[in-house]
Amino acid sequence: MSEQAKPGAPDFSNWSCPLPLVGYPTIVMGHGGGGKLGNELVEHLFLPAFRNPALENLGDAAVLDLSAGRIAMSTDSFVVQPLFFPGGSIGELAVNGTVNDLAVSGAIPQFLSAGFILEEGFPLAQLAAIVDAMAKAAATAGVKIVTGDTKVVERGHGDGCYISTAGIGLVRAGIQVGPHRAQPGDAVLVSGTIGDHGMAIMSVREGLEFESQIRSDCAALNGLIAEVLDAAGGAVHAMRDPTRGGLASTLNEIAHSSGVGIAIDETSLPVRPDVQSACELLGLDPVYVANEGKAVFFVAPEAADSVLAILRAHPLGRDAARIGHVTSEHKRMLVARTAMGANRVIPIQIGEQLPRIC
Amino acid sequence: MKYLTEFRNGEVAQRMAREIHSVATRPWKIMEVCGGQTHSIIKNGIDQMLPAGIEMIHGPGCPVCVTPLELIDKALAIAAQPGVIFCSFGDMLRVPGTDGDLFQVKGAGGDVRVVYSPLDAVELAVKNPDRQVVFFGVGFETTAPANAMSVHLAKRRGLTNFSLLVSHVLVPPAIEAILQSPGNKVQGFLLAGHVCSVMGYWEYPPLAEKYSIPLVVTGFEPLDLLDGIRRTVIQLEAGRHEVENAYSRVVTYEGNRAAQQLLAEVFEVTDRAWRGIGVIPKSGWRLSKAYRDFDAELRFHITGIHTEESPLCRAGDVLRGAIKPAECAAFGKECTPRHPLGATMVSSEGACAAYYNYGRFLSAEELASAGSALTGATHV
Amino acid sequence: MCLAIPGKVEEITNDGLIRMGRVNFGGVVKNVCLDYVPEVQVGDYTIVHVGFALSKIDEETAEQTLRDFRELGMLEEELASEEEAFARAAKSPQYPCPDCHPNDKDPSPGGPVRSCSSK
Repeated sequence: MSEQAKPGAPDFSNWSCPLPLVGYPTIVMGHGGGGKLGNELVEHLFLPAFRNPALENLGDAAVLDLSAGRIAMSTDSFVVQPLFFPGGSIGELAVNGTVNDLAVSGAIPQFLSAGFILEEGFPLAQLAAIVDAMAKAAATAGVKIVTGDTKVVERGHGDGCYISTAGIGLVRAGIQVGPHRAQPGDAVLVSGTIGDHGMAIMSVREGLEFESQIRSDCAALNGLIAEVLDAAGGAVHAMRDPTRGGLASTLNEIAHSSGVGIAIDETSLPVRPDVQSACELLGLDPVYVANEGKAVFFVAPEAADSVLAILRAHPLGRDAARIGHVTSEHKRMLVARTAMGANRVIPIQIGEQLPRIC
Repeated sequence: MKYLTEFRNGEVAQRMAREIHSVATRPWKIMEVCGGQTHSIIKNGIDQMLPAGIEMIHGPGCPVCVTPLELIDKALAIAAQPGVIFCSFGDMLRVPGTDGDLFQVKGAGGDVRVVYSPLDAVELAVKNPDRQVVFFGVGFETTAPANAMSVHLAKRRGLTNFSLLVSHVLVPPAIEAILQSPGNKVQGFLLAGHVCSVMGYWEYPPLAEKYSIPLVVTGFEPLDLLDGIRRTVIQLEAGRHEVENAYSRVVTYEGNRAAQQLLAEVFEVTDRAWRGIGVIPKSGWRLSKAYRDFDAELRFHITGIHTEESPLCRAGDVLRGAIKPAECAAFGKECTPRHPLGATMVSSEGACAAYYNYGRFLSAEELASAGSALTGATHV
Repeated sequence: MCLAIPGKVEEITNDGLIRMGRVNFGGVVKNVCLDYVPEVQVGDYTIVHVGFALSKIDEETAEQTLRDFRELGMLEEELASEEEAFARAAKSPQYPCPDCHPNDKDPSPGGPVRSCSSK
């Protein structure tokens, strides 16, 4: 059983006034109180990590200069357990998840907020590692974390660390994408292998753990999506990142919003062999397993081949595949052709998919 | 995965289906007992590949579905007790009791944990000496060796905080009960391959003789299922009624002797109530005297259980193969996976859930047209 | 009640109480109890259900079964219908009739078997 490495103590040597914090290796109620302890957390942890002018003003709100146009705004909360898993942590999830929500809406992600709800007793070293991961993810994605908040709840009333975010981006001119815009004839493309993230989490879940090379696919997709939109523009009708509930839920949602049917070929779904094996072990279906670094695209048929080529040329889209198309038949339903040549409906799942033994 | 993926080859499957088409000259009704086989048949559309006259009747091989309501209610009561860590396979979490399910008990603060193996529950007992760890031991003969070993280990380690809530059911008595029920239409059985990997198939020749019925030990992958069906049809066409082994890479006549030995030590045969069917004599296992101390039903004296099934639920009729799920008036209306009335709609291998989840509420025409929408080609 | 999958045994340990093994399921490794399969050794394949190996997979039988499956339906395909067969034959190279050319080796594996069409 792989023990996910917990982070070591943060490097306090470059902190201007580390002493008070060093004396508190864990979070205490005072850190959420808005007083000296909270300020020190901002000054010695958040500011150095997220460094940018808007944040450094430390106002109650970040004042931003945005060009005129359509603004996209998204919000999300992150409560994953365990906090650190193969391939990432809650930190990267928070940044990349928010960036991706904006990117699939046709926006260029720019600014994020980060609210932390910490449990009393949460090790500072872990918080520092999470913040560090967020800073790196933000830098990679080209976004800035410009405002934030910290609250502390009593021991036993939280899972260590929850993160809540909001994100703002500028929607690209001329781009109209949305879950309601899929049309019969559209090709359905997925940017890579499905089920990686969910099974990476399972691999370290108590009672279900297993050893494997599976890592979360957590990644910011705005670069990939920008390339697709640059090339195909209006030919892209809908985009979404299939997170909780997996590919199946996302496709069902779009089928529903657009009032169309979606037909996919099961044999064309890209799944890593070890992810497939892990699903077999636990009795799970990869189409329902969460992803954190994948996108589905609904593209006008004449542009499908070129979009696929663009995806495959990008490091995050190497395993991209064309998996099906939109139809006016079986409206609002996702139907898959199995390897046997038979058809099965893939419904939206009820609640969380549970491991089974039958 | 080796020895798994090869048995899912679509091309070979279609050829095997054609073979069945060529040998079948009359309609036949075949029952697969094991819920895992039901799940595979529906998910892969195996029944869609068969000639129109061959009907697969889905049997009561879903131990989750047939666990008596009273036992579910006891499980809920135990799980809700402070100081208890209640461990279960994921399958049981959403099975409806009279008033709620394990998931809801978890939501209300009960310590309910999903585990992969009963050994995980034993480990939890070792790590949490101040808590009572209870494992929900549900299953056919396939799962019994695991449960037997867990309680055997607990005994050897002298654990006083581990117990088993047992609801084991046996396949041969179930098959006999189905054959004896009035109006039975089943003409041949696919025997549960993994149950047979434990028990062997020496129990079945007397049944084949007594009821003049072919019995074929069958696996779970599409090619295995098609082979089991093919052999059954060939026997039926020829008027034979023998026991055959179509899963010989895993199953032997005697079965697993080591497992059978420990099973005989840890369990003893008892009458069992099958939810939706009723009591089938000598159809279950309970802990033997030597292990009675580890019986959770005795350790936690739960009283005041008042069970009540939904009057609309026809799970029993489905389990006996008397009706198909879509023939139940509540199917898809009052009863859906989100609001299940009975266990067959909850369990992943319950026929009702399988039908619902794989779209069998579509008419045959709708499902076929979905196919032509995909590729323009019809299947098989 | 039967979700059991095949895995390859990579390592066997005996912790004093029970025989355990590290079993590899297509890239995913779990610790599995091997107490019920004393004959299983490192390198063998076994069927595992809820963390317990229940049976050794007889690899020779598995391979033979697959061969048998692949053959099923082949004959059916070839004798699909008279018209289909003739149409296919008309398109494919003509094979010498074995009755008229007894000394020829097997004309072609998988090719349609026909008696001499001149009769």
